[in-house]
Amino acid sequence: MQGIDWAYMAELAPIILRYVPLTLTMASIAMVCALVLSVLLAIIRIQRVPVVDWAVGLFISFFRGTPLLVQLFLFYYGLPRIFASLTQIDGITAAIIGLTLHFSAYMAESIRGAILGVDRSQWEAAESLGMTRARMLRRIILPQAARIAAPTLLNYFIDMIKSTSLAFTLGVTEMMGAAQKEAAGSFLYLEAFLVVALMYWIIVEALSFVQRILERRMQRAFQR
Amino acid sequence: MNADCEISVTGLRKSFGPLTVLNGIDLRLKAGERVAIIGPSGTGKSTLLRCMNYLDRPEAGVIRIGDLTVDAATVTRQQILALRRRTSFVFQHYALFANKTARENITEGLIGVRGIPLAEANRRADRILADIGLSDKAGSYPAALSGGQQQRVGIGRAMAMESDLMLFDEPTSALDPEWVGEVLDLIRRVADGRQTMLIVTHEMQFAREIADRIVFMEGGRIVEQGPPAQIFDNPRDERTRAFLRRVG
Repeated sequence: MQGIDWAYMAELAPIILRYVPLTLTMASIAMVCALVLSVLLAIIRIQRVPVVDWAVGLFISFFRGTPLLVQLFLFYYGLPRIFASLTQIDGITAAIIGLTLHFSAYMAESIRGAILGVDRSQWEAAESLGMTRARMLRRIILPQAARIAAPTLLNYFIDMIKSTSLAFTLGVTEMMGAAQKEAAGSFLYLEAFLVVALMYWIIVEALSFVQRILERRMQRAFQR
Repeated sequence: MNADCEISVTGLRKSFGPLTVLNGIDLRLKAGERVAIIGPSGTGKSTLLRCMNYLDRPEAGVIRIGDLTVDAATVTRQQILALRRRTSFVFQHYALFANKTARENITEGLIGVRGIPLAEANRRADRILADIGLSDKAGSYPAALSGGQQQRVGIGRAMAMESDLMLFDEPTSALDPEWVGEVLDLIRRVADGRQTMLIVTHEMQFAREIADRIVFMEGGRIVEQGPPAQIFDNPRDERTRAFLRRVG
């Protein structure tokens, strides 16, 4: 077995590092969009809005039932066909749309569970005051559901960061794409991908650290 | 609070599956009247209160509060909101908003339902907190309050709404014995203010003290009602007598 070229890896690291912001940006935008969408989906499911509820069920079933990679390809190649004005869609946009829809399907189920996990007495107290449904959700139920769902949602965010690497298959030069390009010149594929792996690992560990602090904070919340 | 706001319930029925819990309830309250409901467990007392606030939906029956009429057969969402805005509810298990401080629990309805500006709502809440003896707990979350303190905030939250009718659903049943006294004292003071109230309670002595009228319920019906002296000292119905013997 050939030895690993550590010097090459050290050389490569700053190059790959330049693409970390793109990875985090894609993941962050998709996460924010997915959060908004999944809260809406969860509320529709809970309120059992007729017809729409059925459509949401189908949406969730599809995006949980097919691979993310397939979904990304469908958006990248499919959207320009459906919307003629989009002669082409750039890989970053397609990736963000795909990640948003894919993860919102999972997150909607978690958020639905969290909303249902809020004690019934909280709904009743709000109802008894004559609050409207919307205000009740916004002021009382969702803040408490957020606390319940937070650890799971952070896990999805971590998963989402790693999944941005699939954007590479849509021609986006992100961490994975950059490594591929570099390795194509040097033929040191193992080293290049090892750098990528290490970088993802460090990012995720950093986030896990934040997650632990947040969780400890949340345990204490509402106790002053 | 509307001074001459008569309240009536007519033909109220409610069942859970095959179990009939309320079997045609008729009840009237004059403005300022304080009525206590007593009776065996599982007899529909709490359900009656919950139906009057539409926390439970009755199958039939008409509820009138002043000029508001809510008929179970034709009820709309708007009517339910209107009914809830003219009544307030004190829960057995307090049901304080866990994500809100004591003060915010009181202001939430004032701001969000009554449309009162924040500054004014805070002033009112602080007055109520002083009134219920919890000024020093204004910034505390429910989790940091004792059962008795939580229930006092629960009563304060209901008081703040200045509703035509206050409903108390066994307000001391979930409390440790050491907190019962302070909560009863507070309810007594609310009663002294001639707030129209309907209270379900197992505290017979308390009911006798504060109520203008006692209603005895059993099997989803009102069996007997009258002034406390009459119900407690000279109950006419055998079922009332049997119940009072058991609890007395």
